[in-house]
Amino acid sequence: MSARGLNRFGEADRRSAGRPYGGLPAPGSRSSDLVPRPEYTAEAEERILGGCGLMGVCDESGGRMSGELALRSMSSMHDRGNGLGGGFAGYGIYPDFPYAFCFHMLFNDDVGKDDTEYYLARHFVILHHEPIPSKSVRGIEDEPILWRYFLEISDERLAETQLSAEDYVVHSVMDINNHIKGAFVASSGRNMGAFKGVGFPEEIGEFYRLDEYRGWTWTGHGRFPTNTPGWWGGAHPFCLLDYSIVHNGEISSYGINQRYLEMFGYKCSMRTDTEVVTYLFDLLLRRHGLSVEIACKALASPFWKDIDLMEKEDRQLYTALRAVYGPALLNGPFAVVLGMGEGMVALSDRIKLRPLAAARKGTTVYVASEESAIREICPKPDLTWMPRAGEPVIARLEDGVNLATSAAYDAVA
Amino acid sequence: MTEMTFVRPEFRVRIDREACIKCGRCVHQCGWNVYHLDADDRPMPDHSKCAACHRCVTFCPADAITIEKNPLAYKESDSMSSGLRKAIWRQAETGGVLLTGMGTDKPYLRIFDHLLLDACQVTNPSIDPLREPMELRTFLGRKPDSIEVGYGNGDGGPPKLLTELDPQLMLETPIVFGGMSFGSVSLNVHRALAMAAKASGTFMNTGEGGLHADLEPYQDNIIVQCASGRFGVHADYLQAGAAVEIKIGQGAKPGIGGHLPGEKIDEQVSTTRMIPQGTDALSPAPHHDIYSIEDLRQLIYAIKEATGYKPVSVKIACVHNVAAIASGVVRAGADIVYLDGFKGGTGAAPTIIRDHVGIPIEIAIAVVDQRLRDEGIRNRASIVAAGGIRSSADIVKAIALGADACGVGTALLVAMGCHVCQKCHTGCCSWGITTQRPELTRRLDPEWGAERVSNLIRAWSHEIAEVLGAVGVNAIESLRGSRERLRALGLDQTTMDIIGVKQAGVGH
Repeated sequence: MSARGLNRFGEADRRSAGRPYGGLPAPGSRSSDLVPRPEYTAEAEERILGGCGLMGVCDESGGRMSGELALRSMSSMHDRGNGLGGGFAGYGIYPDFPYAFCFHMLFNDDVGKDDTEYYLARHFVILHHEPIPSKSVRGIEDEPILWRYFLEISDERLAETQLSAEDYVVHSVMDINNHIKGAFVASSGRNMGAFKGVGFPEEIGEFYRLDEYRGWTWTGHGRFPTNTPGWWGGAHPFCLLDYSIVHNGEISSYGINQRYLEMFGYKCSMRTDTEVVTYLFDLLLRRHGLSVEIACKALASPFWKDIDLMEKEDRQLYTALRAVYGPALLNGPFAVVLGMGEGMVALSDRIKLRPLAAARKGTTVYVASEESAIREICPKPDLTWMPRAGEPVIARLEDGVNLATSAAYDAVA
Repeated sequence: MTEMTFVRPEFRVRIDREACIKCGRCVHQCGWNVYHLDADDRPMPDHSKCAACHRCVTFCPADAITIEKNPLAYKESDSMSSGLRKAIWRQAETGGVLLTGMGTDKPYLRIFDHLLLDACQVTNPSIDPLREPMELRTFLGRKPDSIEVGYGNGDGGPPKLLTELDPQLMLETPIVFGGMSFGSVSLNVHRALAMAAKASGTFMNTGEGGLHADLEPYQDNIIVQCASGRFGVHADYLQAGAAVEIKIGQGAKPGIGGHLPGEKIDEQVSTTRMIPQGTDALSPAPHHDIYSIEDLRQLIYAIKEATGYKPVSVKIACVHNVAAIASGVVRAGADIVYLDGFKGGTGAAPTIIRDHVGIPIEIAIAVVDQRLRDEGIRNRASIVAAGGIRSSADIVKAIALGADACGVGTALLVAMGCHVCQKCHTGCCSWGITTQRPELTRRLDPEWGAERVSNLIRAWSHEIAEVLGAVGVNAIESLRGSRERLRALGLDQTTMDIIGVKQAGVGH
């Protein structure tokens, strides 16, 4: 929480003039003072509801799989989406830049792109940038300008702003998404990227030429929004830093989750409940330092009737967890797959109102809305199971696989 | 009626002479001395004394009594209403301040009645509270921003809580009992409330009149209050409760102290309050050791030191600057901020204060909750909202606006027979609630009262669970502060902006 109230960049930015705190609310400011999100399309004005299909696969040993696998798995769940959004996240896909923060950008036009590049050049060292490769696919149209930037932060910048590299990136993402018109950061993690847009997932995967990437973790998503279509940024996954979320369901506790996050400086500007899931994981895992298991127990907590029967130490732990993190409890129907630098986590709500199946074969863990989507890419798993309500499925990369998150890197950093 | 008065009776007592069996029960039941028996044993009413409390109506075995509004017509004037005329006449007779009891009866806008709740349809399923758990458990007290979890002795092993939490009050339902002092209400009322609090998994509040020795067995379910009169406050008293409440103000009478007339100070009240029998108990308007926020901080920490750091609640009346005041109270170290809206009840208050001072609880909840969030200190204290909470619907809406729990007072008394006649200050309560006259107080059987109050709390809790299921969540914390699940109907834009609720018809 070092960031609250600090002027991150130690200077008045051209585009944040008059907004010295940029992406974070100034102390004492009200949420109504916050600059509203620029209009991409009419959709962004309305919160997006939906049901969906999702999948995730992670090879804990770090074996890298073609993105085609995720694409094929999702295509078997074609009917869970309605062609109004599809997307994927891949990890380990940029071995040439294992430590760089890679921003996958969606631009409405050249102005948004120019403004963003001005911003990035001021705040980062741009190691490399290029268009995100794509190809013409029937059914995919009106695509935004797609570009990716591999970024480093100079030590001087970090020293000036007194921020961790991660907080620095979070603020930049919030700044761009909230203050630069026509620009949207689709993902901002290291050695990972999000590929998403309006279309069926298999079309989106083909459009982004997913078969040309190889990664140790993939997640995929097909949307069935019950709202107007049109915005590429509204497709899943939603990403921040190394975290990516694909989500099936609706968060009925969105209102309080959003207000809780605002207290910690997050701005839920995309008006989708999935966004709050991403930020909650960032808050609990990265900023509060909770383990994945404990964070999942905060987000989909056990019932009091079960906590009351626990042994004393567990009872104290879970009571404190619920008393302190009550506003973070994700309530309502959901199944999510969280991609992260250390691996992958799948979680359903506390009474499992959305489907989630899991399987393992050797070192590879599979999850999906339907078992068929797993068997499509792994016909003979060693083990399949239906995770219980609120019980996370966790795939953990062996140490050293992801250089950016490995212990060796932490020691050097 | 020896002296001439212009004030004609408000009610008329009508007795069906054919039905009346001349049993005389009405004479005994009435605490106001409305009735006397004439030479033929017929009850004859003095209409001017009737409070319309229905005690006689309820207990007449022949069902022969009814109370009517006095149909006496006044020349109409919207500006100089008959009520105002009567008030002037009364003051012209006495030269005194008009006193009243209970919450205001003026028709101010009731924001709760202009708020509508959401429900689930198709895209997110509703949850059936008869088939799935619905969790209302609520913790009041200071919470850290985050917790730390260790594993074994740092060598892996099972997870273990490393953060020590401040003590919390655990409620099984998000309802606490508002402070009502022994003295303003009878000991039997206190007994009933203590039993009901224990049975309902919540807390009663002593009010400012001390804690009678009979209530000690219930001390785990009692919040002891320390108000400006310091009646009955001593070290053992502070330690007796599960928490201590510093009462700065009361919603029904912000900015003024209290007055318990000497007639209500009998031997028991005198012992409990540690004041002489028959003297008026006057609590000063301010605490004479709190003239600033720093002083409040000193008292909060003095109490914490005296009690081994039990939670300290600070009760404030909702006034114009309530958000800034609440923020100061939290920063001064309060674990709970108890907000008392201007529609709250009272045992006695000047009518001018009750009816004209303060702001509504709905607005106070919204601005305080938002202010504490803006300052990043919402975790540091719980918000209890009181003063105008009349139903489970009000509770649900107050929680959605941002309250952690609600305080109720008047509704509990109504459950035990109170008919809201607004004459608590007279000490003549025929229902045995706001009186110390032994022939009246013995009318309230504490166990019966406790059962009625427990039933009410259980019924409201079931209703809250029904709403949670309809909005598709199974824990109260998922509705708390979720203003997104509220919509306004018939409120002006400024009010909607202040309470952070959208107009009905606006989607997500």
